[in-house]
Amino acid sequence: MSAPIFIDPKLCKGCGKCVKGCGFGALKMVDAPGANKPGKLAEVDAAACKACNACVTACPFKAIAEVKQKIYGTEHIEDYKDIWVFAEQNGGRVAEVAYELLAKGVELKNQRGQGAKLAAVLLGSQLPKAAEDSLIAAGADVVYKVDDPSLADYEANVYVDAVSQLIVKHRPEVVLAGATAVGRAFFARVAVKVRTGLTADCTMLKIEETENKDTGALQMLLHQTRPAFGGNIMATIMTPNHRPQMATVRPKVFKKAPADPKRKGQVLAEALKLIAPKTKLVKVVKDPAAIDITAHDILVAGGRGLKKEENFKLLFRLAELLGGEVACSRACVDAGWCSVTRQVGQTGKTVAPKLYLCFGISGAIQHLEGIRGADTIVAVNSDPNAPIFGVADLGIVGDLFEILPLLVKELESK
Amino acid sequence: MHVIVCIKQVPDTTNVRINPKTNTLMREGVESIINPFDEYALEEGLRLKDMTGAKVSVVTMGPPQAAVVLREAMARGADDAYLVSSRAFGGADTLATSYTLSMAIRKICGGRTPDLVLFGKQAIDGDTAQVGPGVSEFLDVPLVTYVKSLKADKSSYQVTSVMDDGEHVVTGSFPCVMTVLKEATTPRFAPLAGWRKAAKAEIAAFDEKALAADPIRIGLTGSPTKVVTIFPPPTKGGGEKVDARTDAAAGAQAIADFLQKKGLVKA
Repeated sequence: MSAPIFIDPKLCKGCGKCVKGCGFGALKMVDAPGANKPGKLAEVDAAACKACNACVTACPFKAIAEVKQKIYGTEHIEDYKDIWVFAEQNGGRVAEVAYELLAKGVELKNQRGQGAKLAAVLLGSQLPKAAEDSLIAAGADVVYKVDDPSLADYEANVYVDAVSQLIVKHRPEVVLAGATAVGRAFFARVAVKVRTGLTADCTMLKIEETENKDTGALQMLLHQTRPAFGGNIMATIMTPNHRPQMATVRPKVFKKAPADPKRKGQVLAEALKLIAPKTKLVKVVKDPAAIDITAHDILVAGGRGLKKEENFKLLFRLAELLGGEVACSRACVDAGWCSVTRQVGQTGKTVAPKLYLCFGISGAIQHLEGIRGADTIVAVNSDPNAPIFGVADLGIVGDLFEILPLLVKELESK
Repeated sequence: MHVIVCIKQVPDTTNVRINPKTNTLMREGVESIINPFDEYALEEGLRLKDMTGAKVSVVTMGPPQAAVVLREAMARGADDAYLVSSRAFGGADTLATSYTLSMAIRKICGGRTPDLVLFGKQAIDGDTAQVGPGVSEFLDVPLVTYVKSLKADKSSYQVTSVMDDGEHVVTGSFPCVMTVLKEATTPRFAPLAGWRKAAKAEIAAFDEKALAADPIRIGLTGSPTKVVTIFPPPTKGGGEKVDARTDAAAGAQAIADFLQKKGLVKA
């Protein structure tokens, strides 16, 4: 543990003026025979020192120096309490990821302790009561509701304004959002507006007592873990000196908990003065044939090992036999064999099917992160050392071009 | 009209491999490229230049060798290029990077607000998609993300923004910060004459002094997020493994039996 001040024993005369000068009781005199005339030296308690520098000016002998310049951070971080989840909604329907985050939020609240509350932030216009009720049933103690005509449709700039205003007003310690198209876009700007850090696409979150490397103090910090450096390695990231600690999490990374309709919570309607929208939504064009691989219980996936687009035909046949959908790795999208809507992994979708049956996917960490929530993984690959076998419940080492047709034939015969 | 395109030099992560013995990244022989998403942002900027006569400036933050991607952008048609580079910027997270880039953009525009700032959707090395929105906040300019197609005249735009519930057709007026998707356009090749011009072009370099940047808001010092530990990805340990290299039928049978046992085959 390093203190923010340094006391030079060669210059300290043991006079004790710094002890009187310290408003936090962080300094005391200790016996040091032979060091100087009274035989005493000043000592600092790093955990109690607030780096106010009163002792630096109090010392007549210039024996105390500030170790670091003032840390760039949020003032009064101890005022920041509670854990918030941004509850994305569209047409009054709350996005699934909000419930998943509330389930994690309950865990974080318990780890945090000290009366921390779990709150949901709900923005929209003419919001149905069912939306707020569902958030309370999912674990929210408080719902901050902003119901305003300018929030009828998603507009990044108004969303930024609303959430930033709430953060400045209520000072949450942790704010989470789903890494959806909406969450990713506006949340990054909120973090910058309130001058704090944001960790994207976390796959693990926990709150634990941790030493702040800058101040030496022990703090309850949010450990934010995500794949990093191109996804080949996991990194745990913290935001020690800024509040709130902000993170996004992709849908399906955490599991939602069963709703408890009997839970009681508080709904606080917030009347905010919001900025005017900066863009105008002309229309929303929906593709009725759009594929949502996250909605399927069975996924049959292909990777680079499939070698060409037409080889996906057999995967489609297999998916049809199993009542599932076809997914793929990033390599197949880059090669132009598949649409990006089928892509699983860090830059594609995170999925949590009952069965993930994959062929010719080696299992780069970006891909493995996307299938961590799968109940059962079956993999076919020609390389016995492919990382996919490290996570597969059943791994078949062999030639997919031989095995796949035989499997299709076998299932067709049933 | 002045368009600023922010680009980043990244390692070609599709080729990054892990040393199986030491579990560390093998960076040797990994090529540096223009972040693929930024190529589409640049192309959108150059299309606006073709159509409206806009001036296109490119800017990158990185080590001195990142000038390579600036020359490539100039070869394709950008009018001028700026390298934001200093050891003091090292270790910047998305907040410190957004601050630094916004200071550079202010400097390039002589304190005026640019009409349009373009970013790729995200960088393939960090995958955060946070710097574009961050710069929009520091410049205090409206933000539009995930742009698939862009139509614009000198004062206003119409874009298609791809969201989870469909494609949003959105209109607005400049200034604006946009992040651009891969689907937007096909990036052009640089003509030989462009390369010749770019090779001779002068690239302005900015360090923290040139930008008059606040020293506690740049680099590692100005970064609220700290990487505390890195560790190899967790593995489940793997289950049953069947070697079907000499007997494909056994492999197919093993899968069929497994699916049957798990009740995953339709009756």
